[in-house]
Amino acid sequence: MTDTAERVHETVPETDRIVVRFAGDSGDGIQLTGDRFTSVSALFGNDLATLPEFPAEIRAPAGTLAGVSAFQIHVADHEVTTPGDAPTVLVAMNPAALRSELDLLVDAGTVIVNRDAFVARNLAKAGYEADPLADGTLDGYTVITAPMTELTKLACRDLGVKPRDAERSKNFFALGLVSWLYSRPTEPTLEWIETKFAGRDQVIAANRAAFAAGHAYGETAELSASRVSVGAAPLEPGTYTNVNGNTALSWGLIAASQQAGIPLFLGSYPITPASDVLHELSKHKNFGVRAFQAEDEIAAVGAALGASYGGHIGVTVTSGPGLALKSEMIGLAVSLELPLVVIDIQRGGPSTGLPTKTEAADLMLAMHGRHGEAPLPVLAARSPSDCFFVAIEAVRLAVEHRTPVIMLSDGYLANGSEPWRIPAVEDLSAISFAFTSEPNRIGPDGEPAFWPYQRDDRLVRPWAIPGTPGLMHRIGGIEKEDGRGNISYAPANHQKMVDIRAARVDAIADRVPEASVVGDSDARLAVVGWGSTWGAITSALKRLRGRGHQVAHVHLRHLNPLPRNLGALLGGFDRVIVPEMNTGQLARLLRAEYLIDARTVSKVAGQPFMAAELEGAIEEELGGLHRRDASLNGGGSR
Amino acid sequence: MTDAPVTTKKDWATDQEVRWCPGCGDYSILTAVQLLMPELGVRRENTVFVSGIGCAARFPYYMNTYGLHTVHGRSPAIATGLAMARKDLNVWVVGGDGDMLSIGANHLVHALRRNVNITILMFNNQIYGLTKGQYSPTSEQGKVTKSTPQGSLDQPFNAVSVALGAEATFVARTHDMDRAHMQEVFRRAHAHQGAAFVEIYQNCNVFNDGAFDAITKRDARPFMIIDLRHGEPVRFGAEGELGVVIEGGRARIAPVAEVGIEALAVHDEAAADPSAAFAMNRLASSVDVPTPMGVFRAVERPEYGASMDAQIVMAQARGGPGDLKELLHSLPTWRVG
Repeated sequence: MTDTAERVHETVPETDRIVVRFAGDSGDGIQLTGDRFTSVSALFGNDLATLPEFPAEIRAPAGTLAGVSAFQIHVADHEVTTPGDAPTVLVAMNPAALRSELDLLVDAGTVIVNRDAFVARNLAKAGYEADPLADGTLDGYTVITAPMTELTKLACRDLGVKPRDAERSKNFFALGLVSWLYSRPTEPTLEWIETKFAGRDQVIAANRAAFAAGHAYGETAELSASRVSVGAAPLEPGTYTNVNGNTALSWGLIAASQQAGIPLFLGSYPITPASDVLHELSKHKNFGVRAFQAEDEIAAVGAALGASYGGHIGVTVTSGPGLALKSEMIGLAVSLELPLVVIDIQRGGPSTGLPTKTEAADLMLAMHGRHGEAPLPVLAARSPSDCFFVAIEAVRLAVEHRTPVIMLSDGYLANGSEPWRIPAVEDLSAISFAFTSEPNRIGPDGEPAFWPYQRDDRLVRPWAIPGTPGLMHRIGGIEKEDGRGNISYAPANHQKMVDIRAARVDAIADRVPEASVVGDSDARLAVVGWGSTWGAITSALKRLRGRGHQVAHVHLRHLNPLPRNLGALLGGFDRVIVPEMNTGQLARLLRAEYLIDARTVSKVAGQPFMAAELEGAIEEELGGLHRRDASLNGGGSR
Repeated sequence: MTDAPVTTKKDWATDQEVRWCPGCGDYSILTAVQLLMPELGVRRENTVFVSGIGCAARFPYYMNTYGLHTVHGRSPAIATGLAMARKDLNVWVVGGDGDMLSIGANHLVHALRRNVNITILMFNNQIYGLTKGQYSPTSEQGKVTKSTPQGSLDQPFNAVSVALGAEATFVARTHDMDRAHMQEVFRRAHAHQGAAFVEIYQNCNVFNDGAFDAITKRDARPFMIIDLRHGEPVRFGAEGELGVVIEGGRARIAPVAEVGIEALAVHDEAAADPSAAFAMNRLASSVDVPTPMGVFRAVERPEYGASMDAQIVMAQARGGPGDLKELLHSLPTWRVG
């Protein structure tokens, strides 16, 4: 097999984008197939965004609708920020996958199916009374049916691979076929198979044979008419890699540890979709990372706080249920004024909710989910690669301001991936602080003394770690006298401490960059977003602007404290729209903070916004503005 | 740590007014610890007392060391992170029976099985003191308290049994009426590499006064405290006339004259199998029967933080210390422009 990527440019028609959705049984290797297609597309130079979707069950009953696992990828020759609203290509490995995913496909899209899976038993499991390949269900689509299972077995026949084992390679047949159809380079996948399955020669042979058979099938079955190619995107010069949010986040924590010059301690309890951060950091002990799997969520944050007290960067990573359990310990960190980074990879709630589906409904929990007045900084990442930078920012604020910080990501960012221009390590900003080593007072006896709550001009107290001579002190969760740090129940002191804890978080706003507008700053309507809605908002506004509308976009990384200029900035718009994957939590904060009529566009379906959904909602609001103008002007137009 | 400066009890005490009720058993434990510290050859700045919530948990405020008073039940977890991060520290954890065996029982057993390098002092007074007198997880069944006017329904925990069941490598019991015994046990616990668990029978003279009198009163001790001494036959009584026999996995008390000294169990705190220690402790079925005191178990097992550090060293030996640039380029990359 030769690498056809260069050659096909002359013969295969070009398109600007495709959206491929791989779907099959959760045991079919769909996620791996999607990952491979993503990787070769990234290496080819496309811009892309991905959306893995899988059931919460590890092995739901085979062949059922509940067991369908899917992976969507948007590949383009231009910048893309979402995994695509609707797939243009659906790869269905069985009837259940076809049935559950077909409605998503664009009109006249392409359907690729494994014909061998369309047998009576599987059709029944999927709820089909007749064979959808024959009864007109697929009329209007371009349909490619390949006997993937049989051809895979055939390809493996002479390799000494048992037919049952060979069958498991059929996802590589699908990948080979799709790679041919969309002119993806083949070498990276073949190399990857060698590395991934090193030492298991039969598996390597079977997967290679299946991939080659799939690739050849396109040619022999004369599918050339369906071939298209997507050219490379004009990305900024640099070295790129394709990362998902959890990997970027883990790397950001390691980078922050290096920038601060103190070791990273991760306390974590396994929870979807956060466990991959624990896995990733556990692989990097050579960076001095202590990745500790605790007995529960509370112990995870407790151990992290204990490590912070000892002078490490204590981090805990979890999802919503875990964040709820950690509340009391985070409150202690607020009271102790010690660094702590709490990362919440949000998922659908309440309770167990939708463990593998995305949502962003923990903003209020992050902001207010502690007893007493317990303010802390809250940050949110906007894209998979942004998780890297936000993780560094979270550590910076925690360490430099001696405070717990909550960083919000979500399931969509955690598992979704995008090409990322790797930053130069030298360009990462420093994290600067120093452990306190000297007394900071003269005691009544004329001797040097140490006051643990004596503050600097940013209201930050010293970080004096055990082992430092002369600075022994006792602190705890009981209210403390400001300065001296002794237990105090005095009314005026508590008032003062509550005020200081609020003021020191507020003071962080001095270093939060001002909110800025992307798009038309003189527009009348602004869309305010936070977190992973960034991609869909960006895409929707691009389309609206393309159609002549004027719209502004303000996306918040710092949710507490908010940028100093935000109130004035938003006050300048006639309409403020807040799309959120909750029922309006940021909108409520903005209303409370600035008395502006922020309007919610809500989606809580376990899936990210589609650009088209936002496009429609925003257009409606624009229409409302025009109608209002018209009625104010007595029917005249503006 | 032999280079630690010479100190006295005064150096280990803070200027804070001790706020336990007058007559509380906690005072004698505090004194025992403050008097012992100068003998341990450790530096104050390298010593940390961590506690949760409860009367006992005020302990750190009275020790002129580093001190962390945290949230209810979680001190073993917090101390685990601290001890893992800082192998150079002596980390002590102090709490009561409610803190350690009720709200925080989970953290206690996991700290013990992991064998993190912490020394846990559990003050057992069989009552909730700070919340003014509810029954605790070590209260005897049928205890009448404010929350159990008709008597408590719960089967109590035996703290030493819990610790042995949790695969603790060091388990001991002492009591607040005998400073020398406490100090000897604390000294051993401190010297132990890994998690050490010490239960201290402690009198709450306000809400559960005299709970342990039948055992710990001076004149009761000879025939109510079974003193465990490593390598020696287990015997007690004013003249050593009573002994402990372990047969078929069960311990029983017998007159030495009747069974003969050869029949007595020889205490082996270093036994790999904790069964004998467990059987011995089952004698402590209530607080009015002869009760074993001393070190039940002291065995060696790799300490958790040191093992974690060894993995770090191994990872660095294999691939060199982490290189951030290399990490960021560790997935497939491509050049643009």
